[in-house]
Amino acid sequence: MKISEIAPGSRVLALGHYQPANVVTNDDLAKTMDTNDEWIQSRVGIKERRVAPDSESLEDMATIAGGKALAASGLSPDDVDLVIVATCTLESQIPNASAIVAHRLGIKAPGAFDVNAACAGFCYALATADTAVRAGSAKHVLVIGAEKLSQWVNWTDRATAVIFADGAGAAVVGPSDTPGIGPVVWGSAGDKADAIRIQDRTTFLHQEGQTVFRWATTALYPVALEACSRAGVDPAELSAFVPHQANLRIIEAIARKLGADKAVVARDIVNAGNTSAASIPLALSRMLERGEVRSGGLALILGFGAGLTYAGQVIEIP
Amino acid sequence: MAASEQEILEGLGKIINEITGIPASDVTPEKNFVDDLDIDSLSMVEIAVAAQDEFGVEIPDDQLKNLKTVKDVLTFIQA
Repeated sequence: MKISEIAPGSRVLALGHYQPANVVTNDDLAKTMDTNDEWIQSRVGIKERRVAPDSESLEDMATIAGGKALAASGLSPDDVDLVIVATCTLESQIPNASAIVAHRLGIKAPGAFDVNAACAGFCYALATADTAVRAGSAKHVLVIGAEKLSQWVNWTDRATAVIFADGAGAAVVGPSDTPGIGPVVWGSAGDKADAIRIQDRTTFLHQEGQTVFRWATTALYPVALEACSRAGVDPAELSAFVPHQANLRIIEAIARKLGADKAVVARDIVNAGNTSAASIPLALSRMLERGEVRSGGLALILGFGAGLTYAGQVIEIP
Repeated sequence: MAASEQEILEGLGKIINEITGIPASDVTPEKNFVDDLDIDSLSMVEIAVAAQDEFGVEIPDDQLKNLKTVKDVLTFIQA
């Protein structure tokens, strides 16, 4: 028996993103529920979010984001042999989203699976893509985070409706002579499984806000530091910190403790809301598009959410 | 020796000032966190975490919601 040729490293070759056109402001929400702009901004930091119409599916958003990343990479669909979609809000459990998205993009017969690690899903999927490329089980991987949280939120529950949103972000991962994706630090806290959940198919997303906030502001910065340490990167060297866009106060609390003084901290939640597995690639792709981060810089990404699950790694910005 | 109520009050005032910007001198036992100090539920979590580091007493979330006034927290920490 022989094994696949091993690549010395992998890297993110390109990013892409997509948001639905429909903008929902805090004032819009205040018309239908007991909330207001000041309350929402002070609690979670969100000014507006995007919500997809019924006619726009999670797979639609994933396909557009994935297509943009693929186009930006300069690769053809034939070059991609693995597609991973990170999501926790697929309307139907069967089939998965990844095979549909791959087919729509003209990617012929790739390995295709979905990952559910909730808001940490993109980091899990990226780590899996990195491993697959380095081990030789895939040459080029399309990794997509896509969510349509609007269909799992109770639009009369102000505790959740003001937070969650729709969108997609994608990355193309390929082989590299030098490492461009650092070792992942991942884990879970199943003792807090009830803190964020959709109980069954007749109910909506529920979140124990204080429990999640306490966990996120105390348990995650050691994970962030360890991800830097395993990659051999001092936080002071980071040019960007892109945590899951859960809540601006969580983002800022982790950033304060990290000591990444030169890093641009992603604040995409302000205009995009919390898009779960989509939020990290969506934020980073938008930051790159706006010129807030430069290609070749190092970014720490850190996903965390339902499970509870978490994962973080240092990546080189494409 | 355990901290006195006055020492805990001063420590709590400092914590609340750091987290919310409210002057420590405004943090007096009779004050209600929500009605008098305008402190929201997430800031209360941050205060509980900081108080645990400072005083070594864990205030779980299910207890935290019952602590309405500064005096309630002083009593909880001393208990």
